[in-house]
Amino acid sequence: MAMRSEAVPLTSRADRVRGLEGFPLLPVLILVGVALVAIFAEALAPHDPEVGSLAARFRPPAWQAGGSVEYLLGTDHLGRDVLSRLIFGARVSMVVGFTAVMVAGAIGTGLGIVSGYLGGWVDQVIMRVTDTWLALPALTFAIFLTAIVGPSEMNIVIILGAVYWTRYARVIRGEVLSLKQREFVRLAIVAGCSKGTIMRRHILPNVLNSAIVLGTLMLGVVIVTEASLSFLGVGVPPPKPAWGLMLADGKKGLMVGYWWLTVLPGSCIMLMVLSANLLGDWLRVKLDPQLRQL
Amino acid sequence: MTRYITRRMAYSLLSLVLLSLTIFLFVRITGDPTTLLVEPGASQADIDAMRERFGLDQPIWVQYASFMQRLAHGDLGQSFYYRTPVLELYLSRLPNSLLLALAAMVFSLLIGVPSGILAAVRVGRFWDRAGKVFALLGLSLPSFWVGLVLILFFSVYLEWLPSSGSGTAWHLLMPAFALGWYFAAAHMRLTRSSMLEVLGSDYIKLARLKGLPESLVIAKHAFKNALIPVLTLAGINLVIMINVAVVVETVFAWPGIGRLLYEGITFRDFPVVQGVVLLAGGMIVIVNLLIDILYAVIDPRIRLEA
Repeated sequence: MAMRSEAVPLTSRADRVRGLEGFPLLPVLILVGVALVAIFAEALAPHDPEVGSLAARFRPPAWQAGGSVEYLLGTDHLGRDVLSRLIFGARVSMVVGFTAVMVAGAIGTGLGIVSGYLGGWVDQVIMRVTDTWLALPALTFAIFLTAIVGPSEMNIVIILGAVYWTRYARVIRGEVLSLKQREFVRLAIVAGCSKGTIMRRHILPNVLNSAIVLGTLMLGVVIVTEASLSFLGVGVPPPKPAWGLMLADGKKGLMVGYWWLTVLPGSCIMLMVLSANLLGDWLRVKLDPQLRQL
Repeated sequence: MTRYITRRMAYSLLSLVLLSLTIFLFVRITGDPTTLLVEPGASQADIDAMRERFGLDQPIWVQYASFMQRLAHGDLGQSFYYRTPVLELYLSRLPNSLLLALAAMVFSLLIGVPSGILAAVRVGRFWDRAGKVFALLGLSLPSFWVGLVLILFFSVYLEWLPSSGSGTAWHLLMPAFALGWYFAAAHMRLTRSSMLEVLGSDYIKLARLKGLPESLVIAKHAFKNALIPVLTLAGINLVIMINVAVVVETVFAWPGIGRLLYEGITFRDFPVVQGVVLLAGGMIVIVNLLIDILYAVIDPRIRLEA
């Protein structure tokens, strides 16, 4: 004990500090707030998000000279109310973000369990495909897929699921490899459970924690990717109000200083992603000590 | 050692085959590929000619074989819009992408490495927490938004920097910042954990026991060794930067590969999109292979493990 490593108290102290960091209240409030806004968008939005009046183009926010209370956060190049578009944009981000994370999670967790539990050539095939797909930059891959199937909200969800399942598959497979060696799985085999039953009843519930943590961390990534795709014109098709699409439109007014068209939707994306990441980080530490090592 | 390298090369080759198969199958599964491979608005005669040229009446494995054969000859097809081979277009844009990636890399290392060291030396204290916030911001702020806000400030309000295009070092500044931003956070995180690991090792303890001043221990003994994994990551990230800059290049109208991909989408120029994706995946597979081999040469433990 005389030769105690100096790094041990240092890192464990850092761990303690991390452990003391409480529940991320503000991020959760923001996420819940965005969710509520998305659900009650019709009731909250003062104007139609997709129809504007050309007479009211490029109105600045209410507190700036030339702004009016009618358009609290200004209007865009077609005279559409920015606030209403932001409100409905929350719905697009939420729906696309959550469903895509779930699609990716379902595929990735399923394949990860099968790959890890069955092993052998099944494992080899799934893992080689996973490695190959991981080598493709996510955004580039997603762009390629939208170029084939064409942009729509539904297609974006499927595409994001197809691009991001690999991250789950890797982690879940690793967990299954160690779960497989545990007593309760061996007992289940002895008791005569089929492979399908073991994977469904005994393995799946034990990897759900990790899947949820990963899902929360992926939410931010997925939202940014959706926004990037929309920004590039291959995401949610116009005139639907998606935040990424608003940024792309806002670029037109950027050089003349119409800041509200870029800063506002960008801030919404940032807030949501930041909140998802903070919540994910906290969940990671709380739910799954193993993941901390990653 | 030879066995390990052969094995890794076989895996990479398999990855490349799977990559081409993925791309090939996706194009064909989703319907008639001629609608993608023929220019929009082409005549029926053109479509039939294209069908014949690509052998779309043949069984699918024959199609795949000829697809691979063309790939092996570096034939990625012809751009509809530019009417030149895709590979030629790609190579003409590559230097610009490389320049942008290098500048972004310099920037991300200049920010990421010192802040990572600071966070490791002051672990758990103010600088460490500040670093954590910075890393989180880096990973949460989408690069296109950083780019747009930069334009708003430095081009529109202050009128210091050109908002788009290329040619001078001034043009490079903002896109490099926007692209390097995300990677700075990643480099900071790795520098921090790598420094922490090295600082806990026996030879650092020895250096301290010898009575060396702390600054020398950190700068000379710890930093050098902690830098190895960071530089490896930087190597991979440089290749990744070349291939993920599509949004940043679009925002700043930077004429690199990302911009080429964007043009491919907007002009419905499918061969360009397919070519860029194939080359991106191939490039990353090969870099991963090179790094694995490099590690095996440096570190005997990896060789023996395999």
